[in-house]
Amino acid sequence: MKANEHDSKAVSQVIGTFGGRPEMLVQILQALMKRIGWIPEDAVRQLARELNLSRADVHGVVSFYHDFRTTPPGKHTVKICQAEACQAMGSRELTAHAERTLGVGMHGTNDDVSLEPIYCLGNCACSPAVMIDEKTFGRVSHERFDHLIGGVREDS
Amino acid sequence: MTTRVFVPRETSAVSVGADEVAVAIAREAKSSKATIEILRNGSWGATWLEPMVEVEVDGARIAYGNVEESDVPGLFANGFLSGGEHEKRIGPIMEIPYLINQDRWTFFRCGLIDPLSIAGFTQTQGFKGLTKAFEIGADAVIETVTESGLRGRGGAGFPTGIKWRTAADAESDQKYIACNADEGDSGTFSDRMLMEGDPLCLLEGMMIAGFAVGASKGYIYLRSEYPLTNSILERAISNARDAGWLGKNIQDSGFDFDVELHLGAGSYVCGEETAMLESLEGKKGIVRYKPPLPAIEGLFGKPTIVNNVVTLASVPNIVNIGGERYASFGVERSKGTLAFQLAGNVKRGGMVEKAFGLTVRELIEDWGGGTASGRPVRAVQIGGPLGAYLPADQLDTVLDYEAFSAIGAMIGHGGIVVFDDTVNMAEQARFAMEFCAIESCGKCTPCRIGSTRGVEVIDRMIAGENRDENYDLLVELCDTMEDASLCAMGGMTPYPVRSVLKYFADDFASPRGVDA
Repeated sequence: MKANEHDSKAVSQVIGTFGGRPEMLVQILQALMKRIGWIPEDAVRQLARELNLSRADVHGVVSFYHDFRTTPPGKHTVKICQAEACQAMGSRELTAHAERTLGVGMHGTNDDVSLEPIYCLGNCACSPAVMIDEKTFGRVSHERFDHLIGGVREDS
Repeated sequence: MTTRVFVPRETSAVSVGADEVAVAIAREAKSSKATIEILRNGSWGATWLEPMVEVEVDGARIAYGNVEESDVPGLFANGFLSGGEHEKRIGPIMEIPYLINQDRWTFFRCGLIDPLSIAGFTQTQGFKGLTKAFEIGADAVIETVTESGLRGRGGAGFPTGIKWRTAADAESDQKYIACNADEGDSGTFSDRMLMEGDPLCLLEGMMIAGFAVGASKGYIYLRSEYPLTNSILERAISNARDAGWLGKNIQDSGFDFDVELHLGAGSYVCGEETAMLESLEGKKGIVRYKPPLPAIEGLFGKPTIVNNVVTLASVPNIVNIGGERYASFGVERSKGTLAFQLAGNVKRGGMVEKAFGLTVRELIEDWGGGTASGRPVRAVQIGGPLGAYLPADQLDTVLDYEAFSAIGAMIGHGGIVVFDDTVNMAEQARFAMEFCAIESCGKCTPCRIGSTRGVEVIDRMIAGENRDENYDLLVELCDTMEDASLCAMGGMTPYPVRSVLKYFADDFASPRGVDA
């Protein structure tokens, strides 16, 4: 995948926001995720060049953290908590339901959505918990999941 | 007359509709021509009642629980603004047993105040601890914290005073305070509640720590899974700065201190203090060898205090009331209070700040009201994914650090996850290994390889292949991981696994749904 012209400007702008400090690499990548939604290979080269790091350094950081993806996401990202408190309230069944409803497996992406696991949203007294595009939802029954997904799809 | 209405802006409350309720209340007030002010407070911690809305009537705050958007017109029709009767009405907040039976020392402002208001904070003893610290001096602050017996609330339970003394004694032109807000353990959310409900208290704690050890810069490493917390903290930091409570020469004390907020990126191991430091430096979250201790050689090679959110937020109150007073709460070597978190399959989940010394059963039954499903409790995991599963007959264990380590368990960050009798414990043991395989930083072999081999061995046991031999192999693997891993990730993953082997071995012998 190639980053387009717009992406390379965005990368430079984001680096500028952090004063070009290499120790801000994780923060810069987070800002890029917010801006572009993923980290293209060209952005890795550009980050290495502009931050005076090796490509291996940047690639290492990108691949280490779960938050950074190297392929474009779907229009919406749905994350379902897979950790213990949510397991105790049926997150395994909810995950299976989501995979069926969305027509995509865990870690998968179709045009519409990316489905990702997440390990704890800190909403453990309202399990099971789900995050849709940066917004956390609690007490997510199968019906509520369908309702939330329906709402998101209408908005887009 | 303006009536004050409180609707929490806190992740759990918002996750079940608090924002929509706030909008509906504003709309309803407008159409009924009532003058109201909606304050977005933190959560009191009675999470099972969220969204919990309060209305102030004659100085008392009347609570309504589990309020839905669709309830709002009915509430107004029943005189909500004067505390009117309604099926969702609970009564005065100060009469809710769940809340008033707690020992709210660190979380006393959570729910009470507007978390972003400097005035609201100072009116409720805010910055009093810092002001007192300036008066008594750095040495006396460290003595007070030592005397209080405060131990790290993030999980490891290391004595805070000793850590501070080490950093204070280290010679350096620059020292740092690094707040660990990477609350990754499932079943824990007290850091988040504190940061959302009383962020200025955390900043005050960091400033006191900075003053005590001679650090002028603080970092908060916040997990990215908490976007709402992020926006609240950003605003709290900026409000504190604008009011002269952060920056150069704070309140003319001659003390400089500022805070930078960093986001994590979804890595569990970055909650380990040295991995967190690596991540703060913009690198992969790979665990460092210790020694050197971070208090001597930490962030960018400088002496660094790494403390958990609740540890730091406990300090203003400790300095305020004195170390001896704080130490009068709790038992043995577990002094003061811990914010326990009731989660998973529990009827009344939420946060309960109590002095150490109560039992798990008291928490689960008296506060939690048993399981949400109404079925019997089968297992309870305490201390996050690296914590042991306790069977129902061990619930009378007293919550103190030593009592837990005596039974091969740990209190950790105080998260209590309840499972009912439908749980398949072989699956839970498998998940412990799987989680370690997903989250291992990869530096040491026992953790990196052992976790994957652990999943494979457990899979064979579940499938019924050479069960006895695989059992022995799993025990041996647990020994290796525990003895030879670099940090708690690999070193403690065996805890939940062993506890399943010890108390729930039947689930391997005849896994539910297979031949049961």
